Amino acid sequence: MNESGNGPGNRPRGEAAGVDGSVAVAACAVTKTYANGVRAVRGVDLEVPPGEIRAVVGENGAGKSTLMKMFYGLEQPTSGEIIVGGRSRTLRGPASAIALGVGMVHQNLMLVPSFTVAQNVVLGVEPGRRGLVDARAAVETTARLAAESGLAVDPKARVDEVSVGMRQRTEILKALHRKARVLILDEPTAVLTPQETEDLFAAVRRLRDGGMTVLFISHKLREVREISDKVSVMRAGSLVGTVATADATERSLAAMMVGRDLSLDVGRTPARPTEVTLRVRDLAYEAATGQSLSEIAFDVAAGEVVGVAGIEGNGQSELAEILAGLRRPTVGSIRVGGTDTAGLDVAGHRRAGIGYVPEDRLHNGAALDESIADNLVVDRHDRPPLARRGVLHPRAVRAHAERLIDEYAIRTPDPSVPVRSLSGGNMQKVIVARELSAGPRLLIASQVTRGVDIGAMRFMYERLVAARDAGAAVLLISADLTELLALSDRLLVLKDGRLVGRFDDTAALTEKHVGLYMLGVEHHDREQLVAGLDDAGEAPAA
Amino acid sequence: MSAVLDVVLSSAFLAAVLRIATPYLLAAFGGLVAERAGISNIALEGQMLAAACMGALVAGYSGSVALGALCGVALAVLLGLLLAALRLELGADAIIAGIGLNLLASGGTAYAVYTLLDDKGGTSGLKSGSLPTVTLPGVESIPLVGDVLSGQNMITWLAFLAAPLVAWLFYRTRFGFHLRAVGETPDAAESVGIPVRRVQYTGLALSGALAGAAGVFLSMGYVSFFVRDMTAGRGFIALAAVFLGGLRPWGVFLAALGFGAAEALAVQLGTLDVPPQLVSTIPYAMTLVALALYAWRRKRRGLAGGVAASL
Repeated sequence: MNESGNGPGNRPRGEAAGVDGSVAVAACAVTKTYANGVRAVRGVDLEVPPGEIRAVVGENGAGKSTLMKMFYGLEQPTSGEIIVGGRSRTLRGPASAIALGVGMVHQNLMLVPSFTVAQNVVLGVEPGRRGLVDARAAVETTARLAAESGLAVDPKARVDEVSVGMRQRTEILKALHRKARVLILDEPTAVLTPQETEDLFAAVRRLRDGGMTVLFISHKLREVREISDKVSVMRAGSLVGTVATADATERSLAAMMVGRDLSLDVGRTPARPTEVTLRVRDLAYEAATGQSLSEIAFDVAAGEVVGVAGIEGNGQSELAEILAGLRRPTVGSIRVGGTDTAGLDVAGHRRAGIGYVPEDRLHNGAALDESIADNLVVDRHDRPPLARRGVLHPRAVRAHAERLIDEYAIRTPDPSVPVRSLSGGNMQKVIVARELSAGPRLLIASQVTRGVDIGAMRFMYERLVAARDAGAAVLLISADLTELLALSDRLLVLKDGRLVGRFDDTAALTEKHVGLYMLGVEHHDREQLVAGLDDAGEAPAA
Repeated sequence: MSAVLDVVLSSAFLAAVLRIATPYLLAAFGGLVAERAGISNIALEGQMLAAACMGALVAGYSGSVALGALCGVALAVLLGLLLAALRLELGADAIIAGIGLNLLASGGTAYAVYTLLDDKGGTSGLKSGSLPTVTLPGVESIPLVGDVLSGQNMITWLAFLAAPLVAWLFYRTRFGFHLRAVGETPDAAESVGIPVRRVQYTGLALSGALAGAAGVFLSMGYVSFFVRDMTAGRGFIALAAVFLGGLRPWGVFLAALGFGAAEALAVQLGTLDVPPQLVSTIPYAMTLVALALYAWRRKRRGLAGGVAASL
């Protein structure tokens, strides 16, 4: 794809790129040791020639984000050199990186929600004279950049009213407006639908063909294989190696990342479903904002995993929150193991035996500033053995935490550490440990593996299957079709707040086939959707 | 009842509304600028009080009303910068620091007046004068409008000009863009190279200046002397107007004007046969009603807000 030189870093430092432009950015023996003694990056040599899409992969905590932050001036190396545009540079902050043509699209987007797309694109470098902002020029500039790059946006729309995909395109336009020649994308697909991901990749390729150097950070090896020219793998702060994407497989990359052979195939046995645990009939939900639901009817039996597929925003979040008791359905009946939960509060839902792993763990999953130990007892702090006569027993709380930390392999120095300081994967393990250790009759797991590394991902998979085998009914909601197909015994598809697909046998299902239902190209008839459900359609059809 | 209507529709009443609304408007805009910069300025009350006291004292001793007003506003700016420094350099909670500044202003002004004039009540013994009034040529001859507008203090004019000025600052100038970006998402502002702290210091200085103008008006326009704790909670009512107005310049303008009208009504009704105790509760009752209304509106918008917050 690219003929530029890519020999290992044996050139004299500081002369890495000359007029031949063989290196756009490079790190030479870069080490970063944080003030608390953590060595996040160890002696990394990395060279990326212009016009290349370089994927940088690694587990959480492998140091890839820290390395990128050094390229963008958010962190300074403890030793070694950062080379941009052929010379060793000291980047004191994003402003100096931007001045050198380095742009970064952060994982949590750095946009001002109440500003328009155009205002965000020009923020900090606004067109206009004498301290005034020329609003029309901002819109025109944005529209021109969008047309040139193929990153479609509505310049006049408010950022908080556009899709996540458009927000991300706005971020890239921001970098283009600042004349970036090197673009760092930090996990850009984590929040995108498959279609949006495809559009993003097309745009990234166009940018590459125009000479842009792209550093693509990701966990998703399938996407890395699709988009990148070369892959650099990091593990525990060191660069393990760089391979041409064409020569790599997902399996070989995964092995490099974790240092041993690791597959995501959990090898689950066929489900042995017993009695119906979750019974949903004629459920409808009128949403003031967001997606409404209608005519939802399905069963989940003890001992099976039922997956819910769908493009994000088609009612999955609403469904999960209704089942967990966080929202009230407008009509319909929900029974969990014989208890009618539709009218109960959240505590009532928990008493009925429902466990819930929310999709947004940062906002709804844990109290980030509280300790791991406290987060592990929030659903059971008011009764023995943790409390006696309403008084909490600190030693029991600690012992409880130590047991779960051990059992769920949560990597932390101590149970008293605040959850905020954990990596995404370990944070999620705390939540999953809490929910599963309560021994739920029904587990609602929403986007369990979003943003967690491959090791933690496999761990979650094993735990979900183990919970199933122990007799729990599991409702698995995910944006990741590979994950759904790997874990689900049966699969439902949501589109526009309605069930449009039901697959009772997932063994032969392909992602492409399910995708047709997600997009609304195909759908099952009502008879097929409710086949075998007792009392389905007892309420008059609306 | 008709007596009440007669009062409310009189030009004297409307003129009183403009006059009484002046400190609310200025202080509310001060609060708005700080709020949009991301630091709640709960010290509006103290900044007004300190400016009122400083203005009357300097004008009284120097004989220059202009110098007095200038020094009053300057002191409020310094207090604004102090609040910003406490928040940004020392990491203090803006609310706690603001309460501290309010207490400092209340005690400090009383102490200064007592030390200088040996008077525990205020500076009525010191002849300090008022800021000039402004009458636009030709306005006087217009019926009703002429009576309402003519002879208003220059600071009242300034207060009403502040609404379009603040709106222009927020939505047309580069500084306004940066201020709003910094207040809403400091990380995003920083990532594009906006000097976040400098913008916040400037915003708090401007906030202090506006509150200072409100304070100077109290002691050098509304009346011509300083009285201990003469702000009487106006800074807090102005803060209520900031939120009631939805953090938008024209919304804040209407809310502050409404509070001014309520107080003017209370003053006018006091001359009629209405129990004075009841009358004097009007501005405060209106504040409560307004805040309940604001909370209700926010709750209704809560779902939409949640989407924005998850960005």
